[in-house]
Amino acid sequence: MNIDWPWPWLERNLDDIAEATGQHLYLALLPVLVGLVISVPLGWAASRWRLARGILVPLAGVLYTIPSLALITLVPLALGTKIIDPLNVQVPLAIYTIALLVRSVSDALRAVPGDVIAAATAIGYRPVRQFLSVELPLAVPVIIAGLRVAVVSAMSLTAVGALVGIGGLGQLITEGFLRNNGVELVVAIVLIVVIALLIDALLLLAGRVITPWTRAGRGVKA
Amino acid sequence: MDQGRPGGEGVNSAFNWLFDPDHWSGPTGFPARILEHLGYTGLSVLIAALIAVPVGAVIGHTGRGTFLVAGLSNGLRALPELGLLTLLVLLTYVGLLPVVVSLVVLALPPVLAGTYAGVRNVDRSVVDAARGMGMRGPSVLWRVELPNALPLIVGGIRSATLQVIATATIAAYVSLGGLGRFVIDGNNAGPGSPDGYPQMAAGAVAVAALALTVEGVLALAQRLVVSPGLRATNLVGKNT
Repeated sequence: MNIDWPWPWLERNLDDIAEATGQHLYLALLPVLVGLVISVPLGWAASRWRLARGILVPLAGVLYTIPSLALITLVPLALGTKIIDPLNVQVPLAIYTIALLVRSVSDALRAVPGDVIAAATAIGYRPVRQFLSVELPLAVPVIIAGLRVAVVSAMSLTAVGALVGIGGLGQLITEGFLRNNGVELVVAIVLIVVIALLIDALLLLAGRVITPWTRAGRGVKA
Repeated sequence: MDQGRPGGEGVNSAFNWLFDPDHWSGPTGFPARILEHLGYTGLSVLIAALIAVPVGAVIGHTGRGTFLVAGLSNGLRALPELGLLTLLVLLTYVGLLPVVVSLVVLALPPVLAGTYAGVRNVDRSVVDAARGMGMRGPSVLWRVELPNALPLIVGGIRSATLQVIATATIAAYVSLGGLGRFVIDGNNAGPGSPDGYPQMAAGAVAVAALALTVEGVLALAQRLVVSPGLRATNLVGKNT
């Protein structure tokens, strides 16, 4: 393995690295966002109807079990996309996110105390507003916890797309491997890990900021 | 049977490839690849379990070293499997050993977390009762905590196994055998060729089927290892 002093290589390739990083973020984060938006209504349905739960939760388990490279490979078969279409990576990542979050959202909504819902109804909240301003906020800590796992996994799974020619930092990994360039390989790995942990920390922080009541209630356990 | 229409990307050509008798015999056929895949997986998970179950049990029993469990599983989730594999191969050589080492590394956190949580979550009154009967530390761990923790330990082994099956697929990229070969070889052949995308899709279907089958078997095993004494009182429910 070629372990040169990394700066010359880094300096020469800064633009490529930046581009691959941007592409990686686009490949990894957009599906998580889409997955989140889809899993809230699905999780709500699963928390409300036994039949929906009986279908969605096992289905999520099955989809989550399918290995990433297999799912990435099968998307063109299902959607008719070209083999190097970014969607081939993004659709599996969205599926994994939904599979992870549907259960979290549904469990969190089911855990909202009955007297809170009764109180909201008594004050005159209508169903939609009650869901958006009472039930969903109370579910936020659990949803954030699931989202953190989803984002971190998505950041590392996106690299797998490089095996079928879909860009991002995974491309630097395969390129570094084929060219026997350890620096390139390590730079890509470090970038993926550091960015994933940064986003993880940001989500943790954001979760705290938007749920001030979880801290206010400390010590006065309900 | 025909080899699938040249360049065909449809479901038909994938299934023709999958069910072509030529692809079901010999050292590069599906049965051989499935056995290889199961072999790598079994070996890696076994090594990981031999390391992580004792360590997790001791951490859970003594309550010391808890940070190791959380830190390891959080830190390793961010590590790209492809990066770990290629880096280890580049640092050493192309062969089974570096791949198995990466697979073991990835299998450690789930087994460790499952064992730790299983031992830690055993009802304190049960542990106190065992101590009250005069049991010492090791025998509490061996005869009370571990049997109680078994479903969560198997649960950890179950997630580790799935993680390893998925990563062993990727390992075909660094010249490992197993079902990932079909996907990587198909891609190398050029997706448009007869042995291209049809082979990739056939391999992917086989990988998915293997993962789902193993998951089913392990889910069943997880149910079977619940101690009969716990099944009646449903003590396990609150841990899982």
